[in-house]
Amino acid sequence: MERRPRSFYALTAFFALFLVFLYGPTVTIAILSFQGPQGGLTFPMRGTSLHWFRELFEQQAVGDIWGSFRRSLVLGLMVMVTTVIVSVMGGLAFRKRFAGSTLLFYLIVTSLVIPSILISLGVGLIFDQAGLPVHWAGSGYGAQLTWTLPFGLLIMFAVFNRFDRAYEEAARDLGASPWQTIRFVVLPIIAPSLIGVALSGFTLSYDEFARTLLTAGSYNTLPLEIFGMTTNVTTPVIFALGTLTTAFSLLVIAVFLAVALVMRRRRARQASDAGRGMV
Amino acid sequence: MTDQTITAVPSADPAPRSRRAPNRHLTGWLMAAPLAVVLGLFLILPILTIVVVSFWGATEFSIYPAFQFDNYAFLLTSEVTWRVFGNTFKYAAITWVCTLLIGFTVAYYLAFHIRSLTWQVALFLLCTIPFLTSNIIRMISWIPFLGREGIANSALLSWGVIDAPLDWLLFSDFSVILAFVHLYTLFMVVPIFNTMMRIDRSLIEAATDAGASGWQTLWHVIVPLTKPGIMIGTIFVVTLVMGDFITVRFMSGSQSANVGRLISNDIGLLQYPSASATAVVLLITVLLVIGVLLRFVDIRKEL
Repeated sequence: MERRPRSFYALTAFFALFLVFLYGPTVTIAILSFQGPQGGLTFPMRGTSLHWFRELFEQQAVGDIWGSFRRSLVLGLMVMVTTVIVSVMGGLAFRKRFAGSTLLFYLIVTSLVIPSILISLGVGLIFDQAGLPVHWAGSGYGAQLTWTLPFGLLIMFAVFNRFDRAYEEAARDLGASPWQTIRFVVLPIIAPSLIGVALSGFTLSYDEFARTLLTAGSYNTLPLEIFGMTTNVTTPVIFALGTLTTAFSLLVIAVFLAVALVMRRRRARQASDAGRGMV
Repeated sequence: MTDQTITAVPSADPAPRSRRAPNRHLTGWLMAAPLAVVLGLFLILPILTIVVVSFWGATEFSIYPAFQFDNYAFLLTSEVTWRVFGNTFKYAAITWVCTLLIGFTVAYYLAFHIRSLTWQVALFLLCTIPFLTSNIIRMISWIPFLGREGIANSALLSWGVIDAPLDWLLFSDFSVILAFVHLYTLFMVVPIFNTMMRIDRSLIEAATDAGASGWQTLWHVIVPLTKPGIMIGTIFVVTLVMGDFITVRFMSGSQSANVGRLISNDIGLLQYPSASATAVVLLITVLLVIGVLLRFVDIRKEL
């Protein structure tokens, strides 16, 4: 292997600093969440304890954390499933030009770049004027989709731009119907990318703040609850909560990555299903 | 994006393929229907509502339908508006420069200095993971660093760099921009890395063979070829910063304002018509900026 240029070492140092910048603060609050009961929001540590995590489990101390966590989890799963299905269908639709497809494409771009607070305000106003109550599973769900769908679709566009059409043509030549082609050829090939769509759908929903602000109604989602805490909680209990939610996010990411790895392994093992009698 | 697949099927073929292909416009719309419904209900309708309400009037407790330009007249003649818009552009510009420099360097390192694909993917994921955790938590996590008694101040004091704690580290424009860079650099890294990975490596060899120095190759070959990625990253960062209200509110300790905060303050006071008017002006501004940026790049080609 040829020798590394000197710039390599400078850039490695830069990259390492970048990672410290990215992860440093999160690691700091993870450490500080183990503050002793007398400890404050910053160093020094006054002993170590699980005091602040215990606080989280006492309802009156921090409000309805667990209820909001449950709601965020359910909402995240709803948004994730919808994002995957709608993005795949949308991705398939956009492979051929149809009347109005350019307009629809620019709507997707608009959905991506529109300031979140506009969606929040607009959806809130519609429900208000129609006399409907806003609810996280209704108005909140729809408002979040305007953020997760563009990401799902961008991933699908990238996937289909790299998709080798020869597979589909082969399927058609062998007499497969359009539905069979999609079900047995296209979907299995794009399946690993769907994990990326699902992961971004879930995490973007789970962490979304601005679009749920005026659309969640009287029951808060977790980010709204956390933001409420920032204004009136001045103890490390908020770090404990932050550490737990971040740990949960990392767990979700790990699960998705594991699924992706397993799928890749299985695919490598059974590279071809020729002769297995699939119709 | 063409009709290749339809025309590729020989027309003289026997059944079932000789059946007339279903109308591609109809199939297209059927498959895009769920998407169109969601965007119609939760994107177009809200925008239209905001536009309509921006002409309404408001009392202290309620809003009433009207067709008046008062909200716009007040907004556009107020000195505050212009200052706040200026502030918003300032945040966007500084954040853009910082995220571009950092994002380009990181992407360049990953794409051209890491030699194995496994390592590239692993390090790329390492950059991506924080993006999938909560923004609010990531903002909160700066407090122990930047506070009066935070890590930065105690370190600087103990090294003798400063004599008294710096007040401008937290709850200032500095902390706002730091948080923006922290939250959004990834939006530069991903598209730039994506474009760089598609650059034909023989072009760089050719540049070297022709006697270009490392800097010359970087500036005259890699940067021009990376422009589409830079543009996409720019669109993300600029729109996220311009539409933000929560980062500015939290990281400035409510001491600085941008347009998003102007809107959210009006919402807090139930002044929906004036919030809507500000929102319309913000949306037009953002779309104009995007319109200009899109002239430089065809997003659909670059994905």
